[in-house]
Amino acid sequence: MTQLILEQALNGLQFGLMLFLLAAGLTLVFGIMDCINLAHGSLYMVGAYFVAAAAQAADSFWIGLGVGVAGAAVLGLLLELTLFRQLYRRDHLSQVLATFALILIANEAVRVIWGPAPLLLNPPEALAGPVELPLFGETFFYPAYRLLIIGVGLAVAGLLYLLVAKSRVGMWVRAGASNREMTEALGINVRWLFTAVFVFGAALCALAGGLLGPLLAVQVGMGESVLILAFVVIIIGGIGSIRGALVGSLIVGTVDTLGRALLPTLLRATLPGDAAATLGPALASILIYLLMAGILFFKPQGLFPARA
Amino acid sequence: MSGLLEISALEVAYGSSQVLFGLDLAMAEGEAATLLGRNGMGKTTTLRALCGLQPVKAGRIRFAGEDIVGWRPDRIGRAGIALVPEGRQCFPNLTVDEHLLAFFANRRSVAEAWTPARVYELFPRLAERRKNLGNQLSGGEQQMLAIGRALVTNPRLLILDEATEGLAPLVREEIWGCLGRLRAAGQSILVVDKYVEKLIGLADRHTVIERGQVVWRGSSAELDADHGIWHRYLGI
Repeated sequence: MTQLILEQALNGLQFGLMLFLLAAGLTLVFGIMDCINLAHGSLYMVGAYFVAAAAQAADSFWIGLGVGVAGAAVLGLLLELTLFRQLYRRDHLSQVLATFALILIANEAVRVIWGPAPLLLNPPEALAGPVELPLFGETFFYPAYRLLIIGVGLAVAGLLYLLVAKSRVGMWVRAGASNREMTEALGINVRWLFTAVFVFGAALCALAGGLLGPLLAVQVGMGESVLILAFVVIIIGGIGSIRGALVGSLIVGTVDTLGRALLPTLLRATLPGDAAATLGPALASILIYLLMAGILFFKPQGLFPARA
Repeated sequence: MSGLLEISALEVAYGSSQVLFGLDLAMAEGEAATLLGRNGMGKTTTLRALCGLQPVKAGRIRFAGEDIVGWRPDRIGRAGIALVPEGRQCFPNLTVDEHLLAFFANRRSVAEAWTPARVYELFPRLAERRKNLGNQLSGGEQQMLAIGRALVTNPRLLILDEATEGLAPLVREEIWGCLGRLRAAGQSILVVDKYVEKLIGLADRHTVIERGQVVWRGSSAELDADHGIWHRYLGI
């Protein structure tokens, strides 16, 4: 049982950190530019395809990851310059319609280029096996590759925190998020700042897509389900707040993972058999939405509101 | 003294309702000037147009020898115009320190540049609150911060829109004192405010506007001598 809980807790952490990579970009684009980008999940999907295709071509996961992330950044730059700059000033409905169209275009384009079958992405050979972790006097096995994801996720989260909280660019980003006009009047080119944030967000999407590729299937539609979770995260955390995105991601990641793993078992111990069998999975899948409703009831602006 | 700012025949409209009808205003380097008039006469609109925050319908704005109409606000800001806006508009998610650090720039390589440290010397009260966020300050402290934030850009022209509005009398005096010291140091300042007695002491030249047009302009002595102007155009 300890083994199971520990393993699921680490899985939750790993899932939460990957959610954070997606939510960080989404919350900045939404919070600073006031732009709803439904196609954020498509950047994740396209990024994963880039990584998988490049990794197959180069026969190296690492080269694939680098090339894929760079490719997604270039794609993000093109999208921002051609499409999103026109959308910032429009209302949310136009943004939703335009970015929904992007989802359809991206899914179709991926199907045309790589076909309907999922793409295979292998983790690096050296990390294929499990590692032994001595814990509480016991030996505990955990996949090395998942540990790598946790490590990369923590490193990126730390880097992002330093960038946003400590650097001047981060101050401009926060200033731009709370009062764009005033920030511009003080001499900051907010338009290029937005472009940089968008490109950075696209690169983080591809990083998450590429890292998760070996665990999940790289396939058409993989962006949509994760997009909904990312929106839940930024609403819980407070739109526009990086700290909120991190806390929200870890909460959603662990609650979702632990809920799915442990709730059915827990219910079986307290409820009659068939009630537990039907209630368990159902409750597990709506757990994060219950959580979101609960948090919004007490903090309607999310846990760390970016605007006063 | 060379011409720093020259606004000629400026027209600005919000949609179909025009606010400025051919406004003229000129300032020399090192001068302190005011823009006076009742509420809704186009003072803030003039300042916003000057900063590039409001599109210009017609007319010309020359600043430091360049035609800046149509420039984006950030370019005008980097060219040396700094705004202390109405309502102060401090950032609620930046600390006092960050307000001053983020926008510090010395683009013209001024010898005695405004640095965050010098702003803290000017406003010791801000130094005590450096770790506080913009929305955790009193009105007077926010005003000091808004002025400090504009100063660290080391502007050629400092613009203040209703800088003493809504402040307690003592704090107001402190702000006036600070503006006087800036003026004495040679900073060019354009002020919009309603305390005419104070402005007479502070500025060299005054421009009164009504319904988007200049109706009077003159020196402090002339404005002081003719209280009829105060009644007619400022409602005092």
